Amino acid sequence: MITFEGVTKRYPDGTVAVDELSLELPTGQTTVFVGPSGSGKTTSLRMINRMVEPTSGRIAIDGQDVRDRDPAVLRRSIGYVIQQAGLFPHRTVLDNIATVPLLLGWTRRRARDRARELMEVVGLAPEQAKRYPHQLSGGQQQRVGVARALAADPPVLLMDEPFSAVDPVVRTGLQDELLRLQQELRKTIVFVTHDIDEAVRIGDAVAVFRAGGTLAQFSTPERLLAEPADEFVEEFVGYDRGVRRLSFFPASDLALRGDTVLAAETPSSEASAIARAQGEPWLLAVDAAHRPIGWARALDLDRAAPGSTLGDLATVGYGHVFRVGTDSLRAALDAAVLSPAGRAVGVDEDGKVVGVVAQAELGDALWAVGTDETPPAGAVRP
Amino acid sequence: MNGAPLIDWDWITRNLDDPIGTRLLEHLYLSFAPLLLGLLLALPLGIACARWRPLYPPVFTGVNVLYAIPSIALFFLLLPYTGFSAWTAIIPLGLYTLAILVPNVVSGLAQVPDHVRQAAVAMGFGPLRRLIQVELPVALPVIVAGLRIAAVATISMVSVASLVGIGGLGQLILTEGFRRQFPTPIVVGIVLSVALAFVVDGLLVLAQRALTPWTRDRDPVARARPRTVGAAKGGNA
Amino acid sequence: MNVLLWVTDWLSAPEQWSGTAGIPARFAEHLGYSGLALLLSALIAVPIGLLTGHTGRGGFLAASLANVARALPTIGVLMLVVLAAGIGLVPVMAALVALAVPPILVNTYEGVRGVDPQVRDAARGMGMRGREVLLRVELPVALPLILVGLRTAAIQVVSTATIAAYVGIGGLGRFIVDGQARRQFEMVAGGALLVVVMALLVAALFYLLRRFLVAPGLRRSPGS
Repeated sequence: MITFEGVTKRYPDGTVAVDELSLELPTGQTTVFVGPSGSGKTTSLRMINRMVEPTSGRIAIDGQDVRDRDPAVLRRSIGYVIQQAGLFPHRTVLDNIATVPLLLGWTRRRARDRARELMEVVGLAPEQAKRYPHQLSGGQQQRVGVARALAADPPVLLMDEPFSAVDPVVRTGLQDELLRLQQELRKTIVFVTHDIDEAVRIGDAVAVFRAGGTLAQFSTPERLLAEPADEFVEEFVGYDRGVRRLSFFPASDLALRGDTVLAAETPSSEASAIARAQGEPWLLAVDAAHRPIGWARALDLDRAAPGSTLGDLATVGYGHVFRVGTDSLRAALDAAVLSPAGRAVGVDEDGKVVGVVAQAELGDALWAVGTDETPPAGAVRP
Repeated sequence: MNGAPLIDWDWITRNLDDPIGTRLLEHLYLSFAPLLLGLLLALPLGIACARWRPLYPPVFTGVNVLYAIPSIALFFLLLPYTGFSAWTAIIPLGLYTLAILVPNVVSGLAQVPDHVRQAAVAMGFGPLRRLIQVELPVALPVIVAGLRIAAVATISMVSVASLVGIGGLGQLILTEGFRRQFPTPIVVGIVLSVALAFVVDGLLVLAQRALTPWTRDRDPVARARPRTVGAAKGGNA
Repeated sequence: MNVLLWVTDWLSAPEQWSGTAGIPARFAEHLGYSGLALLLSALIAVPIGLLTGHTGRGGFLAASLANVARALPTIGVLMLVVLAAGIGLVPVMAALVALAVPPILVNTYEGVRGVDPQVRDAARGMGMRGREVLLRVELPVALPLILVGLRTAAIQVVSTATIAAYVGIGGLGRFIVDGQARRQFEMVAGGALLVVVMALLVAALFYLLRRFLVAPGLRRSPGS
């Protein structure tokens, strides 16, 4: 656990970068510091490994004050990843990763073996070992940066806007990779970003900083979106927070209806009767394997030629589907909004239809989420 | 130093106009003329190299080989042709500045952002107008940076010309000072030469600021940098 | 051009190639003076450049001193030191060191200062101490620029070491000075040619040094 106790950083010119910060960052979890520039989030991070010394207050890792330790020794026990990676241009990828083990006095052979191992962990091809940083893409450089920070297997990892210099697509990939890594490694990660989406995606807990270096809110990402502490946080997280918050609720809680899902061979007249009985304007046709074919309009069924089947009339595309077991409410809502029938199709892992849900019914579920206190257990990652 | 004081103020007062003043003016002339000559040669040469890139490596090698020739030898070799005229100093010193000026002209022009060039073309500038009205002004800070290095180098090198007897502050150092075993003129010569270098350098900075108002107050570090990069390239061979 | 013929004649005369006044002996002397001057300058300028660059302190002072040194007239320094210390190696070294220190100092300083702040930050953040940051990161990264400074200085020294002849010690400058005194221009030109050859050899040497000393990851940087 990393604890900040009344930590203040004031510069000689009088500017206060961090003001009376008290915070507990739980072991084995990812805590994100987020805020606009000048809010002291990076300064706070850099005080943990003594790259910046606090003016007053105390920072401790597992109860031990960081100021009781030699800065260089302390830093060797803490992984450090920065924007644009800060790779050593004169060293190969392998030797960059081996830096801290070598500082700790490992033999070159052991350090390099460890570096090779880490290249695999962060998803770098072995043939890149002998390359130099300038020969890598931005995303690859960041992977090397993460590998370098993990080399000596430090329990704590500090990441200062590590992904902000790469393009959005690569960034999402790197975030996924970090989430996967963290699931295995369970490090105590402190992650600084100015991007609220990244914060919500990466963090187990999010600390929102405001200008002047004070803490505006510290909570789980879901609570942050549900109940911003004040206007500043509300504005910072963005006005579409309601929709984004749906990412934290699983679609499996939705009541899906299966009675409007019929085999394609069903005669039109029979289908029409079912639609009328259910009061449903749309029916979903599925094939023999129970995979979706398309929507048929109940009105069309009434006027259909005798002998025709539901499949003949299912001409309206079903749009994209959501996976009941793994997707979130946000994906279900998205699917419903995009569907011409106004209904989302939920499928299982094999692509078989589980059931459908109309926008109106989704609304009920969303309302329930809005009044709920905490996200259900096993909440889905966005 | 035979117990003689390093600086004999009395001698300085007595000789302020002549030879001190005369030699200083000679020195100024002997450094200004080579700089002008060098610039007149370096601009077309650099522009040509920037336009036709394959020309640059041989030109670059050429000016650097010139730079490696000891100045004293060039002075001596020119003597039979130009005699004790100023040209004997001006021609070699002018040629030396090419090693500094040509690379700066080329890199200054190469540094003109492509979008600026394209915009000029799109607005209908012909090649010559584009060069004079767009590319050279944008390249000016780098060119002036080179000129500053060349000016300081030339001013300090002019003294060598006195070994051949062409005048300047070197003459003060050699004739009044060394031949008479009298340190004061040597110190005066050194101090004035350094002072002249600084004054000219300062004037060039002011001139550049006046000519390129858009570079003012932008980033003092970025403005100082090309100078050292130029210095680094000055002695490339 | 008969000048060229004279020079080839002078160069190919067998008597030039032996004895203490022969080309090999003068060449070796010249190389010795230049090498010594460069070594002294490097011993002064590289540590100062590294320290000022590493700490970021005293950089302005170092740059100002380098600028003054750059403006010093070599002849003046030479003559003044001759008056003070007499004819010999000391005035030559004083003049040449004054010439060679500025480019080495400025390039070393700029090389270290120019290290990407992110790289320096990462080095410290991983637990390198000041010395380790300087020797393992800043020095190797600055090396290309330091070599450029040394090369610039070396070529200027080789060219200017001809003045050693003026204070009565040898080197290739003897051919130039003696040739002038005897009105033998082929000798002046021959001496100058030999100096240029040495400068080219120096340039080639630095090309090799760059190849062997600079990490491949840095080779695309300026100065290539």
